[in-house]
This record gives sequence, structure tokens and C-alpha cells, in this order.
Amino acid sequence: MDAIEQTLLEQIAGLHEIPTGAYNIRANGQTESRNTTANIDIISKPDGTGIDIRIKPGTKHESVHIPVILSQTGLQEVVYNDFYVGEGADVVIVAGCGIHNSGCDTSKHDGIHRFFLEKGARVRYVEKHYGEGDGNGKRIMNPKTVVELGQDAYMEMDSVQIKGVDSTIRTTEAVLADGARFVVTEKLMTHGSQDAKSEFVVDLDGKGSSANVVSRSVAREDSRQLFVSKIHGNNKCSGHSECDSIIMDDAKISAVPEITANHPDAALIHEAAIGKIAGEQITKLMTLGLTEQEAEEQIVNGFLK
Amino acid sequence: MLELQNISFQVEEENSQKEILRNVNLKIEDDQFIALTGPNGGGKSTLARVIAGIEKPVEGRILFDGVDVTDKSITERANMGISYAFQQPVRFKGVTVLDLIRLAAGEKISTAGACDYLSEVGLCARDYINREVNASLSGGELKRIEIATIIARGTKMSVFDEPEAGIDLWSFNNLIKVFEKMHERIAGASILIISHQERILNIADRIIVIADGRVTAEGKKEDILPGLLNDESDMNCRFYKEGY
Repeated sequence: MDAIEQTLLEQIAGLHEIPTGAYNIRANGQTESRNTTANIDIISKPDGTGIDIRIKPGTKHESVHIPVILSQTGLQEVVYNDFYVGEGADVVIVAGCGIHNSGCDTSKHDGIHRFFLEKGARVRYVEKHYGEGDGNGKRIMNPKTVVELGQDAYMEMDSVQIKGVDSTIRTTEAVLADGARFVVTEKLMTHGSQDAKSEFVVDLDGKGSSANVVSRSVAREDSRQLFVSKIHGNNKCSGHSECDSIIMDDAKISAVPEITANHPDAALIHEAAIGKIAGEQITKLMTLGLTEQEAEEQIVNGFLK
Repeated sequence: MLELQNISFQVEEENSQKEILRNVNLKIEDDQFIALTGPNGGGKSTLARVIAGIEKPVEGRILFDGVDVTDKSITERANMGISYAFQQPVRFKGVTVLDLIRLAAGEKISTAGACDYLSEVGLCARDYINREVNASLSGGELKRIEIATIIARGTKMSVFDEPEAGIDLWSFNNLIKVFEKMHERIAGASILIISHQERILNIADRIIVIADGRVTAEGKKEDILPGLLNDESDMNCRFYKEGY
């Protein structure tokens, strides 16, 4: 692995070296390295389109890293990764994609991740997307996440995309059984002429199921963002979606929250707010000795922290 | 020493100019504890904001330790040693109490160091240090955190705009002690507090009364305070004789 690939790996997975536990590192369309454990198996799909990750019931305190890095300009790929998480397992899954494009052709990674959590399984899923490189070639990522939560299963999804991705369409779909809970925290920053769309569709099918979808985003310069959140309450359930955005320069942001109750005991809330950084916030930090620019950076960093 | 020379400030109001400050002259010597009081709408808060550099006077000069700071920015004045505590503290999504105190201290202080500042203003540090300075905090909590940021800065000149407002659950004595301690801690430091509270006016070395944009009285508390308390109705101003 060269220095560029190592930098990408560090940015998306916080990895300075090969991780412990199960992992599958994919670099430029090929499996670079893989490790499985007694409880976590990683199997290539027969048609070569991706991997299946099988986590045994009752697996606790283990992690799976599946970073993808692209440093060859012009490489375009679609990868399907399926996670089967056994009953009562409790694991951390770290995925992410880093693209370094120093050429002029478009580099593109579309990752489709499907999660199937059995009864009482718990997953913390961390996903980071990052792009760099000084070429004219576009860096495009279109991650799709499909989640099926069994009875009393819990999944927490943290997704972060704060730099260097020119175009992204992020789609997350979840279906929840009785007592299941789905918590999403999305952080997004766009700049230049970047374009980002993030869409969530959550079906609260189970009795006592719940979802909380929170998105914080900053749009700078000429970038555009569209946030769509659809929560369907199909049983006695509770759902909350929140989109909070800072708009700067000439950026454009749309937030389209949608909640639908198909059951009289569905309790659903949506909140959406878009606004500039409040002048008083900058003034306060300036009275602490920061310059206007430093104050702005501090506010944006805090907001996306 | 902070010196205001002929400071005037006006705002536009329905196609006319409304004067908020008229020819204000003031000297705040080193090591002085000054209380600024007067009726609501008299120009006190504007004067504090003019000192911090948030508002720019239309006329007059401001000198800080002999240096003309009239055209200096908020940041430059802050770095020269002027601190300003907002009357209505600002909320930030995502910025924690620890972040704010670290920014105020201007150095990488430890969490324990930041906690000390919170304890000084009567907040149980453990409960607050990692909380966001957002709408989940009450007005009184925000006021105390605001005061803690000024203590953390430890500058030569500190301006507080009605620090007692909203601090309802905290023993008022502690607030008084905070200011006295600040005064003792930094040699030569001056404190300017805008207040209607008799007990704060009582600990001041000097009281300045501002009404209708002008300094209407100035002097030692012994000379000013009795007049203020007797002239309550004429002053059109609230003075609380009882502490909280």
C-alpha cells in the first residue's frame, strides 16, 4: 500500500495500520487484504460483485472494517456488501470510501450495503466518505444502505462526508420489526460546485419500533444539497427526523421532511431548519480574540463535530 | 486605563437619526471597579458594545492604555486585553462549554483547569463541561458560563452587561465574590459592570450614571448611591434593595 492509499485509509477509517479483528480492504477494484475471525466470516460473492459478511449469533465486542480506496483515476465500480448479523450479536462495523483522483477521468464508487439484523442484534455502523486529489476528474460516490431490523434489534448509523466528494446521492432505507430502533446521525459538508442528495426512507412496521434521523450539514460556496426524509409509521411507533443546515456564500439547500402515519398510535415529528451563521455567534468568538474567519471555522467545526 | 473622549453614537430610525450616546467622556483608571447604572434605554449597553468594538461611534475616540483603539476591530481589542460579557449570551449548536472556555483562555488548558472556572461561577463542572452551549441550557446557566469565559480570559479590562440578570438560583453573594476575586487576582485590572443592583453598586469604587445617552452623575459610591436610592421615581429606574 502506498502513501496515498495509506492517507485515504486513515481519513476514512482512522486506521494507521492493519486493523485488528475482521477486515476486508478493497483497493482499486481488488481485495487488498482480508482477515476473518472465529465469529465473523467474510466471503466473496461468487459473481465477484462484492462480499458477504456473516456475524455469528452472540458475537460481542468485535469489529469489522471494510474500507474501500480508489487512487487510480477513471476507475468506476459498483460493489454489493451484505451483512448478516446473528441473534444477540453486538458489533461495530466501520465502512468508508476514499477517492484520490489526480487525473482527469471520473472516479466513481457506488457501494450498496445491506444489513440484516436478527432478533436483539446491535450494530454501530460508521461510514466516512472522503475525496482528494488535484486532477480535474470528478470524485463521485453513491452509497446505498438498506437495513432490515429484526425484533428488538438496534442499529446506530453515523455517516460523515465532509471533504472532496464532487457528487453524491446517498440513499438509506430501513424497515423495522417490533421493538426495533434505528438511529442515524449524518454529517455533511459541501463546497465548490459539489452536489449532494441524501434520502432516508424509514418504515416503522413493528409495534414499539422507533427511529431518529438527524442530519447536520453545511453548504459553502456554490454547492447544492437536498435532504429528503420519509418516515412511515405503520404501527404503534415513534419517529423523529431533524435536518439542521448552515448555508454560506452562494450555496443552495432544500430540506424535504415527510412523515406519514398509517396507524393511530404512530407518533411522528419532523424538524427542519436552514440558516446562516448567526452574526452574534461570530461576534462572541471575536470578543474572545478569534478573527472573523477563525470564528466561522470554529462554529462550522462545532456544528459538524 | 480606558478613556472615552466625546463618544457619540446614533442609529437610523424611520428616516431620522436617533442619538443613543451624546458626547460621553469617561476615564476608567487601572485597578478600578466601576458600576455603570441608569434607566433602561439610557445607552449603557451601547456604551459597553462601543468599548468592545461591536458598535462603532460616529464621533469621538477610545484610548486603551494610551493607544487609540477607535478603529481597531473586536478581535484586536480582545487581544489587547478587553473582555466583554454579553447581556444575552449567545448559544452555539455543537460548541461545548469546554470548547468555549478553552477559546476564552486562549491556550490548551486541561479539562480540570476549565472546570475550575465553572466551579467559580457556581456550576457543578462535571455536569456542564461537555454540554453544548445550546438551547438546552437555561438563561441563568448561560449567564454563569458567560461569566466563566471572562474569568478564563483574565484580561486587564472586563466589561459585564447586567451579569446578575437571570441568575436566580445562585446565591447573589457568590456573584459578588466572583467580581471581588477577579479584581484582586489581576493586578491593575479594571472591571466595568452595568447593573441596577444596589449590592453591586455598593462594592464599586465609583458609580457612573448614564441617562438619555449622557453621563448625568459620576463619583464615589458614597456620593452617588444615596441620591440614586432616594430619587428612584425620578430616575425611572429599577433598583433592587434586596438581594436574590
